[in-house]
Amino acid sequence: MPDTTVQTGTPFQDLPAARAARSEDPQSAAVDYSGTVAKDLAYVEHEPGVHKPDPILVADNVTRRFGGIAAVDVGHFEIERHGITALIGPNGAGKTTFFNLMTGFDKPDTGTWQFDGNDLASVSSEKVARMGMVRTFQLTKVMNRLTVLDNMLIGAPDQPGEGMLRSLFPMLWKSREKEIITQAESLLDRFLLLKKKDDYAGSLSGGQRKLLEMARALMSNPQLVMLDEPMAGVNPALKQSLLDHIVALRDEGTSVLFVEHDMNMVRHIADWVTVMAEGKIVAEGPPRDVMNDPAVVDAYLGAHANIDLGDDSVLQDVE
Amino acid sequence: MDLMTIFTNSFAQLIAPTTAAYVLAAIGLNIHFGMTGLMNMGQAGFMLLGAYGFAITQSMGWNLFASVLAALTLAAVYAVLLGIPTLKLGPDYLAMVTLASAEIIRIIGRSTSLTSITGGSGGISPQDFTTQFENLSPLPEGNSTILLWSYSNNIADSWWLRIVAWALVLIAVLLTWRWYRSPWGRVLKGIREDENVIRSLGKSVTKFKLQSLFLGGAFGALSGIIFVLPRSVQPDSLGRQVTFYVWTILLLGGAASILGPVLGSCLLWVLLTVVKESMREGISSNLISSNQIESLGWVIVGVALMCLVIFRPQGLIGDRRELAFNA
Repeated sequence: MPDTTVQTGTPFQDLPAARAARSEDPQSAAVDYSGTVAKDLAYVEHEPGVHKPDPILVADNVTRRFGGIAAVDVGHFEIERHGITALIGPNGAGKTTFFNLMTGFDKPDTGTWQFDGNDLASVSSEKVARMGMVRTFQLTKVMNRLTVLDNMLIGAPDQPGEGMLRSLFPMLWKSREKEIITQAESLLDRFLLLKKKDDYAGSLSGGQRKLLEMARALMSNPQLVMLDEPMAGVNPALKQSLLDHIVALRDEGTSVLFVEHDMNMVRHIADWVTVMAEGKIVAEGPPRDVMNDPAVVDAYLGAHANIDLGDDSVLQDVE
Repeated sequence: MDLMTIFTNSFAQLIAPTTAAYVLAAIGLNIHFGMTGLMNMGQAGFMLLGAYGFAITQSMGWNLFASVLAALTLAAVYAVLLGIPTLKLGPDYLAMVTLASAEIIRIIGRSTSLTSITGGSGGISPQDFTTQFENLSPLPEGNSTILLWSYSNNIADSWWLRIVAWALVLIAVLLTWRWYRSPWGRVLKGIREDENVIRSLGKSVTKFKLQSLFLGGAFGALSGIIFVLPRSVQPDSLGRQVTFYVWTILLLGGAASILGPVLGSCLLWVLLTVVKESMREGISSNLISSNQIESLGWVIVGVALMCLVIFRPQGLIGDRRELAFNA
């Protein structure tokens, strides 16, 4: 069952329709990255630490201890290029710590990892970002007392005006500034924030901050974006458009790794799911298989994972 | 007549070189705190280093511009020495370290073992370092009176020094205006808000912080030169209290605003003089001695500042949405 993907731009509720359209026209699936990734991953075995056909990030023996507790102890982990990989697991499983390690915000006790073939162990966080791996934070970090547009512009690379002396001569950086303003405005437009561009970022709502943080991460056209709980605190309507954005990103060729507790989101957009528990990777596979894995259900999801708890009939069943 | 004296003396502060020196120091501190969020509690240290660098090389007979360059170099070296181990610390620790370092500079400067270089606690007297500066003046010799104020053209607390000091202020304001609105300033403001964001976006936070520390320190060093030119180099006249005056000026005018330091410095010194002079003229010296007036002046200004911080934490022309004292 390789077909768990979504077509560009369609909201996740329309999945059956999207699937029907695809089955009628098998050619269309191979055009965008979602199709190729699904096809590639179809041959990958569903076991922890499995090798993937075209990994963008490969980690080996990464451990991080806090006192006596091994927060992260990952033997082998690969992220498929152009795919949407979800990292799920109970609280305290080490997901965010793993994020911090991969992006240079924390130093591991042991381990090596390569991003796009380049060794990343003991590379500083700013260099990691410059190589094309950009992250967002679980607790949203926007620069409150800067405007939304300024928040975006800081995300752009290669602005010569960021040199202390060069910044005094606008003719050296005005043209680049125009380019990145155009880029920022088109991203803000996509993330429904264009009207807010001159407001201070501190005046945005929690959900809008999540959007801004994600849009800002995209300013450098990263190869891999790592989103730490992009849906936390976002209202359902915004969630919908965020999901579309993430899928659109994948379809444009960006690889996505995200941590999320919202199982609907994971189920609908992830090409591949990796489950962590107590620092280790305990299961991997396509969303549908992983979520039916008894180990995962026991450790994390619970018996009613696939049922909408808002539905009263569930409660009656439980009783 | 009495009112006229109060007016003349108070508004003399508006053009005084010391006021300009405080403006420059506050502009430097604004780059540290207003733009980058660095809690530098030792701006007087940069000023004292600048003053020493200038005065010592002048007394050794260096060229005037070489001496200014020496002062700036000292500030740069100090910024790097101070910055590399401390910029990774949180803002409160940076405040402690800068405060302590400024004191170290002052205490080393006044130590007797260095009397041959720094003059110890006696300092360096003006004839050793002001001659070249005074000779550079294009003004004719003698005194001039403009409106109410009369000063020597070239010697010591002169019109020439006033022109140079305020010209430097003008240049500094223009430069900070340019920096403030440039992509470089934008990154500094980003660091002020959250340095981890800047890091996650691929910019070297340490580099930007060092640049900021150096640039603000360079303005501090220039300010130190202007500060000592009308008097002498006295390590104790550039102690902790100067740092706190500079902070007062910055918060009074409004941190993270470009003209805040200018407004803050002019207002503080004019107000202080108005208060002191009025008390001197208006209250019998049997009631309050002149020493007490000196202290009471600061008390009144202090209360006014507390009110300002409580009721207008962004300063007079700051933007509360951008940076307020208790935000």
